Amino acid sequence: MENLNKFGLEVRDWLETNCPASQRQPMGPEDQYWGGRRGTFPSEDAKIWFERMRDKGWTVPEWPVKYGGGGLSPQQAKVLKSEMKRIHARTPLYGLGIWMLGPAVLEYGTDQQKQQHIHAIINAETRWAQGYSEPGAGSDLASLQCKAEDMGDHFLVNGTKIWTTAGDKCDWIFCLVRTDPTVKKQEGISFLLIDMDDAGVTTSPIALISGESEFCQTFFDNVKVPKENLLGELNKGWSVAKALLVHERKLMAEIGSDSPRHILQPNVAAREYLEFENGKIADARLRDDLVEYDMLMQAVALTHFRTFEEKSNGVRSAAPMVMKYVGTEAEKTKSELLLAIMGSRGIGWEGDGFTPQEIDTARLWATSKVMTIAGGSSEIQLNLIAQKVLELPQR
Amino acid sequence: MALVLNEEQRLLQDTAKDFLSKYASVASLRKLRDEHDHTGYDPDTWKQMAEMGWASVILPEAYGGLEFGFLGLGIVLEESGRTLTASPLFASAVVGASAVLLGGSEQQKQTLLPKIASGDLTLALALEESHHHKPTHIATTAKMQGDDFVLNGSKFFVLDGHCADKLIVVARSDGAESDSNGVTLLIVDRNSQGVTCHRTIMADSRNAANITFENVIVPSGDILGAVGDGWPILEPVLDRGRVAIAAEMMGCALETFERTVAYLKEREQFGVQIGSFQALQHRAAHMQSELELCRSVLMQALSTVDDAPEQLPLLASLAKARLNALVKLVTNEAVQMHGGIGVTDDLEIGFFLKRARVAMQVFGDTGFHKDRYAALSGY
Repeated sequence: MENLNKFGLEVRDWLETNCPASQRQPMGPEDQYWGGRRGTFPSEDAKIWFERMRDKGWTVPEWPVKYGGGGLSPQQAKVLKSEMKRIHARTPLYGLGIWMLGPAVLEYGTDQQKQQHIHAIINAETRWAQGYSEPGAGSDLASLQCKAEDMGDHFLVNGTKIWTTAGDKCDWIFCLVRTDPTVKKQEGISFLLIDMDDAGVTTSPIALISGESEFCQTFFDNVKVPKENLLGELNKGWSVAKALLVHERKLMAEIGSDSPRHILQPNVAAREYLEFENGKIADARLRDDLVEYDMLMQAVALTHFRTFEEKSNGVRSAAPMVMKYVGTEAEKTKSELLLAIMGSRGIGWEGDGFTPQEIDTARLWATSKVMTIAGGSSEIQLNLIAQKVLELPQR
Repeated sequence: MALVLNEEQRLLQDTAKDFLSKYASVASLRKLRDEHDHTGYDPDTWKQMAEMGWASVILPEAYGGLEFGFLGLGIVLEESGRTLTASPLFASAVVGASAVLLGGSEQQKQTLLPKIASGDLTLALALEESHHHKPTHIATTAKMQGDDFVLNGSKFFVLDGHCADKLIVVARSDGAESDSNGVTLLIVDRNSQGVTCHRTIMADSRNAANITFENVIVPSGDILGAVGDGWPILEPVLDRGRVAIAAEMMGCALETFERTVAYLKEREQFGVQIGSFQALQHRAAHMQSELELCRSVLMQALSTVDDAPEQLPLLASLAKARLNALVKLVTNEAVQMHGGIGVTDDLEIGFFLKRARVAMQVFGDTGFHKDRYAALSGY
């Protein structure tokens, strides 16, 4: 305990000296650094901050020192996190390499795979994409068809992966591929690492209703992948993917700890866009919708606190299982409410007829539709609650 | 603030669960209903509950209390919500006791609280004057006459009104009809001259009464708090009551939900358990989500009473509104998912449905609390 306190003081001192003031400000998506061959730093300070943290191994505090990690114990890592949070220090490096693939390589990888990939992730030389979904395999992921045939000294990969986030900016992709079409669907899947510069790999962005195109589709046309790029055992890819999900959930929770830049809240919008009479919103219907939403959000926030408290006290409950469903549905409700509050000013798309915030609102509204589909749709979440929490019979 | 129970609280939970399911189950309520029991609860059971300290969970040790706080009280109430136990726990040990604790003189506290704690004295709050909860809307008058007050007016929906020993009457000594100033709280013996009590039979088979006061003489020593200054006592008392009944509603919702999920696993149609149908699975999973949200809200509201009373009005309205919505959803779905048997009196689900509707009206329906939450939030 005493050592931990000492460590905390050292961390505090180091952060005070090394974290540039600009890296302690609330941030938007454009302030994030994702690394990779084509990655650019959003600012000189972001570069300095990343390099200092990288040299300490603190972009990946709990990874082993011999691969360039911080080598911290979970307790020390927690101290580091809370000290960073205290001064609102930004996350210096984002990426699926840190959150998902790295932990899986450390767990399932060969020595050679660790040497090749872990350093590259820590040094931000490689930006990783995830290749799970396919046009014909969304919620029913295990029915995926992208195949890797054993050609003796290599796999020959043919097929396509969709919803690869920022696929056009990534260097490598970790994929679930079918290696045995003759067995039960989960049992014929392997986990393959593919260099996106290889011949036969092409990626194109998908334009979304929000006007953004952060998702891509990646095509594999007779791509030769070396045998040593198989992670874990042949046909055991489904277990590797499941282990990865645990890391994803743990670390996605941590991104949430960066302070986001101001986002328009419905009760603030109400003051700007609605008429008041005697201190009350004059439109009783909108007032009712707003209070319903505010109550819901307070309940969601309290449930986040509760899951945190339960975790620290070693108490298990069903609360974490419902958060994805509840949180993303609430985001959609919020976006629809903002549009209703802002009327025709909430549906501007571009140009100078609207303020940037108004245009943001309309685009975030379209983006909110993604949230209840990606990462396990609301329907899949409800299936999971029915199975895992309520233990209802399966068909 | 605490959002998880500690060891001591979990023990209390086990004791409450054990006792209530043995001695005060839904079957006991059915018996009280079918026998048209005059008291409306079983005094022997209540005596035992008081002996275990449940009538004094929130009272300081100095007045014979258990001093376990609102989280402790919430546990007992939640368990009593699972068994639909009829007792003076809410009207007397929560609402009555809080009124004396927050508004009483030292002498009143010393006289009344130990008796409430032992279960020997029961109180009831005579507040409502219309069929909707409007706590400042008071037309009942308390006029000064010499050293006494003279009480005139009518009260509705007085929980335990026909069986409580004493009534705490909310009356107007001054001001206009919907003014929060000029409200005075008076402690009146139910058997006083001029008090007429008419027991009302409610859907949930629990106790309520309409009461009229006709020139009832109340000595000025029986005023709770200062004359005309009853609102600053009444409002936190109501908020405590709202959080407490929300805890009972949580138990009611949980029990109803668990019984329904069990039925989904047991009932077979088309050759399979009906719980395997996605149409039912998704509705059940949605209810689980709502239960989780309400659990957090309830825990926060209960700890707010003791730890951050300045935030209580907002949290109490949040808890009552959310729990109102929860019990409405869960009890309606429970009946529907049970199908034909769900609308029979034989199945206990109907008792939960009816209790939920009555509890939803106690100290403010959903609309009342949404309006209050909006007003407190500045819109």
